Amino acid sequence: MKVLVCIKSVPAVAGRITLTADARAIDTKHLGFAIGPHEECAVEEAVRLIEAHGGEAVVLTLGTAGALEQLRDALALGIARAIHLVTDGAEWDPESTTAAIVDAIRADEAASGPFDLVLVGNEAGDSADYQVGVRIGRALGRPVVTAIKGLSVADGRARCEQEASGGRDVFELPLPAVVGVLEGINLPRFPSVPGRLRAKSKPVEVSEPARPAQRLEMQRLVVPQGAAKQAVVLGQGADAAPAVVEVLANLGVI
Amino acid sequence: MATALVLVTTADGAADDVSQQALTFARGLAAGGPVHALVVAGEPGAEGVPAEAVAAGLGTWGAAQAHLARHPAFETFAPDAIAAVLTELAARLDAGVVIGPGTEAGNTVLARAAARDGQPFAANCTAVTLGSPTQVTRQRWGGTLQEEAALRGDRAFFTVAPHAVSAAAVEASPAAVDAFTPDIDDADLIVRVVDRVAAAVGGISLAEAKVVVSGGRGVGSADGFRPIEELAGLLGAAVGCSRAVTISGWRSHVDQVGQTGTKIAPNLYIAAGISGATQHMAGAKGAKKILAINKDAEAPIMAAADYAVIGDLHQVVPAISAEIRRVRGT
Ligand SMILES: Cc1cc2nc3c(=O)[nH]c(=O)nc-3n(C[C@H](O)[C@H](O)[C@H](O)COP(=O)(O)OP(=O)(O)OC[C@H]3O[C@@H](n4cnc5c(N)ncnc54)[C@H](O)[C@@H]3O)c2cc1C
Ligand SMILES: Nc1ncnc2c1ncn2[C@@H]1O[C@H](COP(=O)(O)O)[C@@H](O)[C@H]1O
Repeated sequence: MKVLVCIKSVPAVAGRITLTADARAIDTKHLGFAIGPHEECAVEEAVRLIEAHGGEAVVLTLGTAGALEQLRDALALGIARAIHLVTDGAEWDPESTTAAIVDAIRADEAASGPFDLVLVGNEAGDSADYQVGVRIGRALGRPVVTAIKGLSVADGRARCEQEASGGRDVFELPLPAVVGVLEGINLPRFPSVPGRLRAKSKPVEVSEPARPAQRLEMQRLVVPQGAAKQAVVLGQGADAAPAVVEVLANLGVI
Repeated sequence: MATALVLVTTADGAADDVSQQALTFARGLAAGGPVHALVVAGEPGAEGVPAEAVAAGLGTWGAAQAHLARHPAFETFAPDAIAAVLTELAARLDAGVVIGPGTEAGNTVLARAAARDGQPFAANCTAVTLGSPTQVTRQRWGGTLQEEAALRGDRAFFTVAPHAVSAAAVEASPAAVDAFTPDIDDADLIVRVVDRVAAAVGGISLAEAKVVVSGGRGVGSADGFRPIEELAGLLGAAVGCSRAVTISGWRSHVDQVGQTGTKIAPNLYIAAGISGATQHMAGAKGAKKILAINKDAEAPIMAAADYAVIGDLHQVVPAISAEIRRVRGT
């Protein structure tokens, strides 16, 4: 089978978000980048599908030149090749992101056959637009499911499971289909050293799509002002236990 | 005055919490414009509360008119079919605004409806000002960052982030109910829940626990969680963890608190060996009180915690358990 996984490179924010002076981006001077968590699981799922069924897994991103690093991370895990739609750093809204991805899918399918599955994250780690997968499916006329925590493929159908109260809801889709994956569907492996070395020589197809007019256009980012607290230090080490238990008692916890 | 159409999802025979909030939000937005609601239901009979009553009850949240789409296909979740009905109804009403609850179901249906209608869609909004363009404020990074954006469409499609507003009832009569049976295309029934598998549920649910005790990378190993579990047991608490723990394979993802894990709202959250990354705190901001146990007095979690113990969790956590036992005399 042939599987595509779409990933987005997002800043590896940790303690506090700092914005650039124009408030249009996160200041990443001191930050690394990472594949979004849901997408990391989508990559793992793609690799597992190919291990089980044979075929080829391809990774795609629309992102800056620096996003090549995240593509290489996916290649190191067993994805065969990458498609890099290079941007200049300006944000792309979900409709233009979808259009560029759909063009790339059509071109790849014309050259090397249809994708049985397109895997995306349920929502992007940064912008969380909750729609690119749905729009890809709509544009290609393929069924889409979102929020998936279990996936298996047999006889040209995908069985997709979604958490529901007291159990799991099951969808069964004919392939080709688009599946939006949630973190927790699997435990992603770490890349091996030979995997990292192999990734360096795997093919990355590069193009620069034009950014169309934006219909959901980010104008400004704002860090919400949560009241910064000053924690009351109850003590150091094990000696703090009586003070902790007093607080627990006051809170009615014990 | 733009007509607003709100997709309402239900739980236990009434609009669910986020749908009540979405209706409240719509009322503020339409500023006098009528608020319509759409509810879907399967065949009458099996329902605890008849869907007609649920629909009429939406008057409580300010819906002037409730549209009840009844179809056997709606016995189970069928997001494309709901989106088809929503889009057709929006066109029929000439609605300027189509709103949904900011839940997984609401987001996927509104995304589908917007895509069908060829319109942009903004998920998880906390503020919206209609106009050309419509101005939205929406949540990114699980709410730790807000985005102000222009939404340029012929019809504004968006979802309302949970708790963006509190649901406010109005003194109104029941909503007028327009019940109808939509025509649904087979193509819109391909994506449909066809089965439900029961899961063994045991222990205290993380999302509902009154006390949560979590461990992070500082715990060091899967075995290192035993003292955390012991303390949780003494407090009747659920055990949680950070993503550093789940990706290390020490605990299952169901225990993860955060942006891509579970959102918790306990009375007390005890976080041991967790640095307090924004994505972790995105899941813990519902906690009323936070106690951080960390060997680093400068860890970011100190700015979110109410109480702190500075020290090695491997000593602090067992000492707290021992002290609880001592106080209880057990
Ligand atoms: C898009 C996105 C989504 C994410 N979603 C989530 C999410 O849902 N949940 C989540 O948790 N993370 C999430 N993350 C990851 C997050 O950014 C952090 O990497 C993660 O929360 C760090 O986990 P941690 O605090 O356990 O580890 P660290 O950041 O490594 O912190 C460990 C802490 O333990 C302390 N410590 C070490 N040893 C001891 C000891 N013996 N005693 C006491 N203290 C000790 C250290 O001082 C430090 O403060 C996400 C990241 C991204 C990019
Ligand atoms: N720039 C991008 N490049 C590749 N895939 C993307 C991009 N943006 C979004 N996606 C995919 O679409 C999913 C949903 O994104 P969103 O609709 O923005 O929340 C993500 O988890 C990715 O899998």
